[in-house]
Amino acid sequence: MNEMDQQAYQSRIPIFPRSVKGRFRNLKTAILVLAYGVYFLLPWLRWERATGSDQAVLFDLVGRRFYLFDLVVYAQDIFWLAGLLVIFALLLFFVTGLAGRVWCGYFCFQTLWTDVFMFIERIVQGDRNARMKLSKSPWNGNRVVRMGVTWMLWLLVALFTGLSFTLYWGNAPDLFLQMLTAQAPFAAYATTLFLTATTFVMAGLAREQVCTYMCPYARFQGVMFDKDTLIIAYDDERGERQQGRHKPSKGLLEREARIQQEVGDCIDCGYCVQVCPVGIDIRNGLQYQCISCALCIDACDTIMDSIDYPRGLIRYSSEHALHHEKASRLNLKNLGYAAALLLTIAALFWSVVTRSDVELNVQQIRQPLSVQLSDGRIQNRYEIKVNNKTSSSMRYRLSMEGLNQAELDMGHFAEIEVPPERSITIQVKVRQDPEYASMTRQEFVFVLTPLGETNLQSVKHPSMFFNPAKNLK
Amino acid sequence: MSKEKTQQTVQTTGHAWDGDLQEFNNPLPSWWLWAFYATVIFAVVYWVLYPTWPVGKSYTKGVGNDVTYTTTDGKEVTTHWNTRSLLLKDLADARAEQAKYIEQLKTSSYNEIAKDEEKSAFAYSMAKVLFADNCAACHQAGGNGVIGPYPNLLDDAWLWGGSYEQIEETIKNGRGGNMPSFKAQLSATQIDDVAEYVLSLSGHEVDTAKAAQGQTVFSANCAVCHGQDAKGQVFMGSANLTDSIWTISNVPAATTLEAKKATITSLITNGKSRQMPAWKDRLSETEIKILTFYVHELGGGQ
Repeated sequence: MNEMDQQAYQSRIPIFPRSVKGRFRNLKTAILVLAYGVYFLLPWLRWERATGSDQAVLFDLVGRRFYLFDLVVYAQDIFWLAGLLVIFALLLFFVTGLAGRVWCGYFCFQTLWTDVFMFIERIVQGDRNARMKLSKSPWNGNRVVRMGVTWMLWLLVALFTGLSFTLYWGNAPDLFLQMLTAQAPFAAYATTLFLTATTFVMAGLAREQVCTYMCPYARFQGVMFDKDTLIIAYDDERGERQQGRHKPSKGLLEREARIQQEVGDCIDCGYCVQVCPVGIDIRNGLQYQCISCALCIDACDTIMDSIDYPRGLIRYSSEHALHHEKASRLNLKNLGYAAALLLTIAALFWSVVTRSDVELNVQQIRQPLSVQLSDGRIQNRYEIKVNNKTSSSMRYRLSMEGLNQAELDMGHFAEIEVPPERSITIQVKVRQDPEYASMTRQEFVFVLTPLGETNLQSVKHPSMFFNPAKNLK
Repeated sequence: MSKEKTQQTVQTTGHAWDGDLQEFNNPLPSWWLWAFYATVIFAVVYWVLYPTWPVGKSYTKGVGNDVTYTTTDGKEVTTHWNTRSLLLKDLADARAEQAKYIEQLKTSSYNEIAKDEEKSAFAYSMAKVLFADNCAACHQAGGNGVIGPYPNLLDDAWLWGGSYEQIEETIKNGRGGNMPSFKAQLSATQIDDVAEYVLSLSGHEVDTAKAAQGQTVFSANCAVCHGQDAKGQVFMGSANLTDSIWTISNVPAATTLEAKKATITSLITNGKSRQMPAWKDRLSETEIKILTFYVHELGGGQ
């Protein structure tokens, strides 16, 4: 085989993105600041609650409840998470179908953290040219110091990232102190270290390789695109005309002159390529590596402004718009996604707002289903579980509806008292004289009525009474 | 798009299908190679830390991963890392955790347990397991027993009394119940008459003349144990014959009056001896307490 000299593994071609100013850069920076503000400060936000944690957002795995401001999610509500994931998926499909990789370009953690790491790089090592020079220089004092400081700062950001993530899973001030004094649980250190390491590697070293090789979304986005999807595109017609792009040499400085000579508006300055964080040339058309960060738009607009050409040689457009065809953004696919999205959001919202703060669960004891008592009556037993999700101690009365002449025996409890955010299981007995039994299997309901001053509604739970009277007599 | 940049010519595997279908032979990215090296390093570290390599009849035990756990008889055992020991350690930890609640039950009275939702819930779930392990073999998993040999614990009839103290006594020291055989003392007609009378006690429609004769026989022979009112006596565990509950003769299962009577005459003729074993040597005080609470709860107690 003559391919033996071919390299089996391809090393990464380093990318040194140049900085750029512009409206999309500003928008991205604003989103970044907002996202970082929320992510790093949220664990420290306090929230007043009658019981439980006073942390606004806390995922308490040990207590099996998630605190989200005024909403407390219990383990049995975990199906909401499924609803949330469905919503995220549909939102992704909808937005991608409509406006392309908005998530990748503006919101993805990989993009945000890479942005910050590049910012650090630029502060310490300088912009593109300085960094390229440094990377080619021998390992002298200058390079060691600059690289060292960069890596130290990266590590610091990564450490704070990992630490902040950990703080969501415990009481932040306590956990933070415990971490400092080496008293935190092993899981806290392990999580922090793992996230520090991944943040450092992904945002510092791997960068665009995460998007091109590791992220599945980048690869299946093509399925969601259509010819009306917003993409970041180079206006080929205007940029190239008949004669192609050309440097602004003598006689080709004015736009009128270029139009006359059929030369494109693109002056081939290469700024759009230099700013690209994934190292592609947008002028080659839509490519799977493109994360739609829109920095090339800012770059091109800057150049167009400086030479007094109209903006928009690189812009948000669509395949149809580029080819002067009729674009209809509201096609059946997007409307379908929108409908499914709204439906799922409505369902989740409905489920959350109509959640009851009292839950009743009844299980009939089936071994045996019934027993005859000395006075001839039939007795069935039930396991009643009452879950009190409110933050105050609650009393409830249990009663039955729909069972003729039956007696409810709750043993020593006249009422059921449940401490705040706890559940109680009690055994109750129901007795009925066979005389009054309408059939062997009688359906009826247990009713749990909250007592005292409360605006809670009573809850019902259907059950069955087994009366084998016909066989016994 | 115009001016497609000619990329480096890609290498192919050299095969062609359907004339022009070829397979690229792209090089893997180097980060993938590094990830592969990382797994190799991981494996080597694993060899050192965990039991891995067979050496002769033994194996490498792993370093720095010893598991220490307490056995049920209080011995501390330290051994090399293995999942069985981890399970035993988990079980020991769970026992220690459970001990706190058991301690609470130990110091509470029956009424304190019964009136506290949390304590009774814990006692109930703990007792379920104890009952299944120790009692269910005879009294059945649900406690409904078997008519004849093993009493039903779910109904409200208590042969030996249904108070906490009485139930505790029954479990601790056991009980011996004996219905003697009357084959020698009574004639077949007399036994038949008594059976007729006994059925009348629980509201069955019977031959009143025969039952009246049976009552005389009952007073002379049976009332000693079952009492003149036939309601049984707790101190000797004799059954109440006036209610709807039958613990030895399966009267409810028989469909005709004759069949019902037959099960009773058979019992009077042959007698029946039943034994509840003593559990005081097999179960701890607290375990008996928890079971007492459970059994009391099952039948509604007294």
